[in-house]
Amino acid sequence: MTQFPTTVAEAGRETTSGERTLVLNMGPQHPSTHGVLRLVLEIDGETVVRLKPVIGYLHTGIEKTCEAKFYQQVVPLTDRIDYLCPMTNNLAYCLAVEKLLGLEIPPKAQWMRVLMNELTRINSHLVWLGTHAMDLGAFTVFLYCFREREDVLRFFEMVSGQRMMTSYFRIGGLALEPPLGFFEKVKKFADRFPGNVDEYEGLLTGNPIFMMRTKGVARLSTEDAIALGACGPTARGSGVDIDLRRDAPYSGYENFKFKVPVRTECDVFARYLCRVEELRESIGMVQQALAGMPEGPIKADAPKVVLPDREKMKTQMEALIHHFKIITEGFAVPAGEVYQAVESPRGEMGYYVVSDGTAKPYRVHMRGPSFANLQTLAKMCEGGLIADVVAAIGSIDVVLGDIDR
Amino acid sequence: MALAPPITAIEALQAHPALGRLVEWNAAVVEAVKFDRDELTIWIAKETIREVCAILRDSAACPFNYLADLTCVDWYPSEPRFEVVYHLLSIPAKERVRLKARLDGSSPVIESVTSVWPSANHYEREVFDLFGVRFTGHPNLERILLPDDWEGHPLRKDYPVEGYR
Repeated sequence: MTQFPTTVAEAGRETTSGERTLVLNMGPQHPSTHGVLRLVLEIDGETVVRLKPVIGYLHTGIEKTCEAKFYQQVVPLTDRIDYLCPMTNNLAYCLAVEKLLGLEIPPKAQWMRVLMNELTRINSHLVWLGTHAMDLGAFTVFLYCFREREDVLRFFEMVSGQRMMTSYFRIGGLALEPPLGFFEKVKKFADRFPGNVDEYEGLLTGNPIFMMRTKGVARLSTEDAIALGACGPTARGSGVDIDLRRDAPYSGYENFKFKVPVRTECDVFARYLCRVEELRESIGMVQQALAGMPEGPIKADAPKVVLPDREKMKTQMEALIHHFKIITEGFAVPAGEVYQAVESPRGEMGYYVVSDGTAKPYRVHMRGPSFANLQTLAKMCEGGLIADVVAAIGSIDVVLGDIDR
Repeated sequence: MALAPPITAIEALQAHPALGRLVEWNAAVVEAVKFDRDELTIWIAKETIREVCAILRDSAACPFNYLADLTCVDWYPSEPRFEVVYHLLSIPAKERVRLKARLDGSSPVIESVTSVWPSANHYEREVFDLFGVRFTGHPNLERILLPDDWEGHPLRKDYPVEGYR
């Protein structure tokens, strides 16, 4: 296996050409670092000799905060971790707690979760595609992507009242029934969207400038991808055939048919192709979810865990008591621990929840996919040009909220 | 769906490739096991953690070639206080296993697994930063999320939620 040296940038090292290296600070406010990521680059002319990521600028101690909240109060915190895919975070956390409780989720809630998750993936990939292309000089794609992203955000607003911090999935099911006309609107979008993806591809896939900026750039071999913990499209672009939706299905994903795009070119272009292909697969799954959406309740039958309907709460004594108890005391979760991993747009999003039998989680740990993918950045960039660092950051699709938590 | 009671007998769980491989290699390293909610947890003697990880990674039948997650749980005030938790994934066999090593509160030190999976680098730095657990043999053990001059380790249970005043 490749040995990975410690990446500590240090100025004044002798280079092969007899010159001395220079340390350059990139970020934390650099526009192409997608948030507040700071990179310390040791450079020899235009070539990157070492790269050291410095993170923590967005650290808000969410894991510590979770320990002081009731289980149901943690759901809104999870939105704020990876703010481009709030529903995926909600899902991972809710699945973990439901597994601890041993709750059975009704089919309609499961299918809605898949539907919203795939819309979230489209939303996240559209932001990635727009900003990645803009970093590489193609501005039009950004406008096109954000046009479609606006449609997806409107769907989020329809079901949850919020565009970004949705908190739509709750422990035991969903917050609300989808409103009237929701499915028709999503159907219209899903019928139109493959044409939009053709548009983006028409602008980028065969574009000679884009190909020169991405082909053969920031390579990451299959062995290195596994050793450095790459996940999601970053790993799949390096030939690692892994997708948790297929390998360890959750929330009814076993009922859906989809392909997992894997490329073996190991460069930025391969990761781009994987994600664009995923856009098409996701919209296929949205179509399947719409076609097969079951009827029935959207919340589990567990009155001590799931809040009662508003009407029942106003008219039935028992429901009122349950409502009062859940809000004031929370609900006790049997002692134990669960690691629930789901496939977020960026890779394996894992929630490790430890319960000590009380109404507050003893420990919640989020395994963020961006945190794992960030470790591959040094390997991708060392030996390349400074300009390619921008392409590499874009290709691993970092979200700093997910890294720093 | 009622919860099934956890299984804790080593003999009953040897069909799992990770436990089977470890018992075959050296049964003494397995301190305890638990199979609960479809997840297997193996408590490992802390001195052997790096060797155990290397054995599991190189296992022929089911190579656990991917370190999915590495974290820690503080069980303050009980002793041994810290539990370092390793979540391993076998990409070819699609199997998962959780390893745990218990550490004393007075000197929480354990061997680093960066030589087995380079991806452990950032995770171990995070655990060091937030729990104060030291990893011997780590190439660059320094704070990762908090500033270098931060006092204390916030995810310890005796660290107040609002921070020290």
